[in-house]
Amino acid sequence: MINIARNDTSILGRWWWEVDRWTLMAIVTLAGFGVMLTLFASPSVAERIGADPLLFVRKQATLIVPALVIMVSVSLLNLRNIRRLAIGLLGITVLLLLATLAFGAEIKGATRWISVGGVTIQPSELAKPAFAVVAATFFSASRLGEDIPGYTMAGGLYMVLLTLLLLQPDVGQAFVLSAIWFTQFFLAGLPMVLVIVLAIISVLGLISAYFVFPHVQSRIDRFLDPASGDNYQVEQAMEAFQNGGIMGTGPGEGVVKNSLPDGHADFILAVAGEEFGLLFCLLIVGIYAFVVLRGFARVLNRNDLFVVLAATGLLVQFGLQALVNMASTLNLIPTKGMTLPFLSYGGSSLIALALGMGMLLAITRTRPGGQR
Amino acid sequence: MMRRLLQSMENARSRRQEPVEFRTPAEHALHEEGLFKQAIETGRTRVLITGAVMALAFAVVGIRLIDVTAFNNPSEPRVTHAVSASTVKKERADIVDRNGTLVATALKTVGLSADPKKIMDIQEAASKLAAVLPDLSAADIARKLSSDSRFVWLHRKLTPYQQWEVNRLGIPGLDFRTQETRVYPQGNLMSHVLGFTSIDNNGLAGIEKKLDQTLRSSTQPLKLSVDVRLQHIMRQELQAAVTEFDAIGATGIIMDVNNGEILSMVSLPDFDPNDAGKATDDSRFNRATLGVYELGSTFKIFNTAVALDTGTAKLSSQFDATKPLRVGRFAIRDYHAKNRWLSVSEIFIYSSNIGSARIANELGTASQREFLAKLGFLTPSSIELPEVGQPLYPKVWRPVNTMTISYGHGLAVSPIQLVSGVSAMVNGGTFYQPTLVRSDTDRNGERIISESTSNAIRKLMRLNNIEGSGKASNAKGYLVGGKTGTAEKVGARGTYRKKDLISSYVAAFPMNAPRYVVYVNLDEPRGTKKTFGYATGGWVAAPAVSQVIKQMAPMLGIPPQDPESPEIRQALAIKLPNQGKTLASF
Repeated sequence: MINIARNDTSILGRWWWEVDRWTLMAIVTLAGFGVMLTLFASPSVAERIGADPLLFVRKQATLIVPALVIMVSVSLLNLRNIRRLAIGLLGITVLLLLATLAFGAEIKGATRWISVGGVTIQPSELAKPAFAVVAATFFSASRLGEDIPGYTMAGGLYMVLLTLLLLQPDVGQAFVLSAIWFTQFFLAGLPMVLVIVLAIISVLGLISAYFVFPHVQSRIDRFLDPASGDNYQVEQAMEAFQNGGIMGTGPGEGVVKNSLPDGHADFILAVAGEEFGLLFCLLIVGIYAFVVLRGFARVLNRNDLFVVLAATGLLVQFGLQALVNMASTLNLIPTKGMTLPFLSYGGSSLIALALGMGMLLAITRTRPGGQR
Repeated sequence: MMRRLLQSMENARSRRQEPVEFRTPAEHALHEEGLFKQAIETGRTRVLITGAVMALAFAVVGIRLIDVTAFNNPSEPRVTHAVSASTVKKERADIVDRNGTLVATALKTVGLSADPKKIMDIQEAASKLAAVLPDLSAADIARKLSSDSRFVWLHRKLTPYQQWEVNRLGIPGLDFRTQETRVYPQGNLMSHVLGFTSIDNNGLAGIEKKLDQTLRSSTQPLKLSVDVRLQHIMRQELQAAVTEFDAIGATGIIMDVNNGEILSMVSLPDFDPNDAGKATDDSRFNRATLGVYELGSTFKIFNTAVALDTGTAKLSSQFDATKPLRVGRFAIRDYHAKNRWLSVSEIFIYSSNIGSARIANELGTASQREFLAKLGFLTPSSIELPEVGQPLYPKVWRPVNTMTISYGHGLAVSPIQLVSGVSAMVNGGTFYQPTLVRSDTDRNGERIISESTSNAIRKLMRLNNIEGSGKASNAKGYLVGGKTGTAEKVGARGTYRKKDLISSYVAAFPMNAPRYVVYVNLDEPRGTKKTFGYATGGWVAAPAVSQVIKQMAPMLGIPPQDPESPEIRQALAIKLPNQGKTLASF
């Protein structure tokens, strides 16, 4: 291990002793698995689109380094700067979301991507961590008797972002955003009556999404009645898991992965299942659960409501994204285009997650001398 | 706004962190303190709840993972299952030869159709299509596209490349239709046996027509009795003979004498059933079953057999062949006249028409007719083909007919009938209906002559091969026995055309225990220098039979035998009493 003295008071020295090294290690491990799995999952996809077989591997490997650098850099910030960063990000995100609606390219019926300086990014990915931190700021301030309408501001911000996401439309991100907002509201002392009312509203919201958005309707129909439409990817994913069994077929030995169009992206867990087997997949699930639950445990005894709320929001985002992805790959819920954090191939998502986890690491740092 | 908010947040915290130094009115402080405590307590409780929900969700994912990976759900197929050929439902079952070689199958192909109402520019569409489908003319396509109907076929069998090219033209109103197409991988080889189907897969000829219903309903391939290897040999030798003797056609049959199964049946000229539409009428004509011919001297086998079996004559009985036999305005002559009394054996091997007529005369019309009926010569063959010829025989069976029929004139049967009859003569006396379909069970035959008569016929046929007209059919070691047949074809005016012959040879081997009958006939062969201008069965058909036997016997595992060995001599020796010497196989 790096030898850093306990009394080292440089920025890095303090960071080393204060940051949650276990979580950091878990995320670096996930990122490593991600590059490794992309190596096995993406060549067949790349060949299908006529690209160099290792194109995605190279892209992912070169992206993972800046992503980890961003995460560590962000985790060096103190709480005040984290809030500043989040507010700045949120402002940029709202602008980008508006720009996306105005100039974005429509891909498969949705306008989610925008090209900035030659790089295609998905602003909705950035919106989630920024919103988690800013909303936590509002909630905690209001809860602690500050003279600001915190609940209203958090609610207003939520409605603005929700509207922008639904206009794209991106029901999946809207769902995660709602979950963050709801959880923070819940933690900030939402009365149980309102909890129930909001739960009912969210159910109604999902039902109306079914009727408003045809693609949501079709996905849910296909989930409820597999015979009604094309479930190709999910069926292939099931076969991949079964082919892998407990021990897996071995690296590079998978065959079903070749017929999984999104094997490198949303369905990467199926590739892991086929080649490395059940035990490896359980390890992955375990790492996600570890990160989330350890995060909760770390903030449980903290006396700063902002820390509790912001960390919870970020953890819910991270955990929910992993859960939704794994559950759709495992055919537990209708398919939802959501990446598996740090494992799936995908630039915007990786950078956004790195930012989010960097903020989480910064927020959950143990600060014995004060909360700066 | 944001700055104010941040500022207030900082203030709130610093107040909480140092509550002792915080000096405001006491109740305010208490209120703040209580609010903070309550908030953080609620928060903690609810963090626990959130954590528990998340933990539960991860547990569900983990359990589902175990369920999907380790437990096989029968509703979800495990990996890819190979589909065995027999479970693929086809419109028509495959046909295979006796060894399982595929001779007819069905493949998915793509046809091109059009809805003329949807074609926007008929001329443009027609010229574009004609450019990629060279076998269609633009004018033809344009005519079809101008029709009033909503559906026209443009092409019934596109290659995948053609399909791609048509697709690339992007002409609206065209449609691809997947259909099954019958494919005959052996090409011409089995044309008359298999027949062919229409483009809509209806059997139009051969087995395809006769067993149409069976082929439609069966999931198992239909197994024929034919052996493609023997079919190759036969076709090759027939082709060679046709070329050598400039014949207009030929037919050849190999039959298993012990169950009537046909191992080979070739008729030349033949056609490619994959493209039957282009075949001429002549090439579609099955000379083996549809053609009926006066088969000449080969009929003497039956004449001799019935005489021996009914006791009308014995092998040693003598008949007067000193001069042509006059019957009314006819005169029956011998081709190789000996001008003396001949025994039944000699009549057979010298192929004496006079002698045969005299035997038939002794036998009588009724017995002859009854015997020919038992041989199935008076009704069309029951073979599994729709192309079966109706035998020709006199409406009124006069004594003169009896006499000419004895040597194969005045009665016409198809070669398949002749071969079935000869099989019964040499196999010990049991008649089997000819069949093209292999059956797993033993076939039942009908005894029509005695074992001893059959034995005598074997000896005569063997002797004829050594001493008589069939020498050219010999195949060393395989103990071939046979009989030639040469008949003049009947011309348009009902008179015999002396130069236009049907020359045939029917043989069986090995003669001590016959297994196969091999038959070859050439239609209108012309003699060559090599045959000294002769075009009779012994000169043109017998060598082909010999070639076929030499090739097929090793293939079917029939060992050559020493014709000089005591057992063979004993089995096939025959006494020619008037010469006082024993002729044996040498």
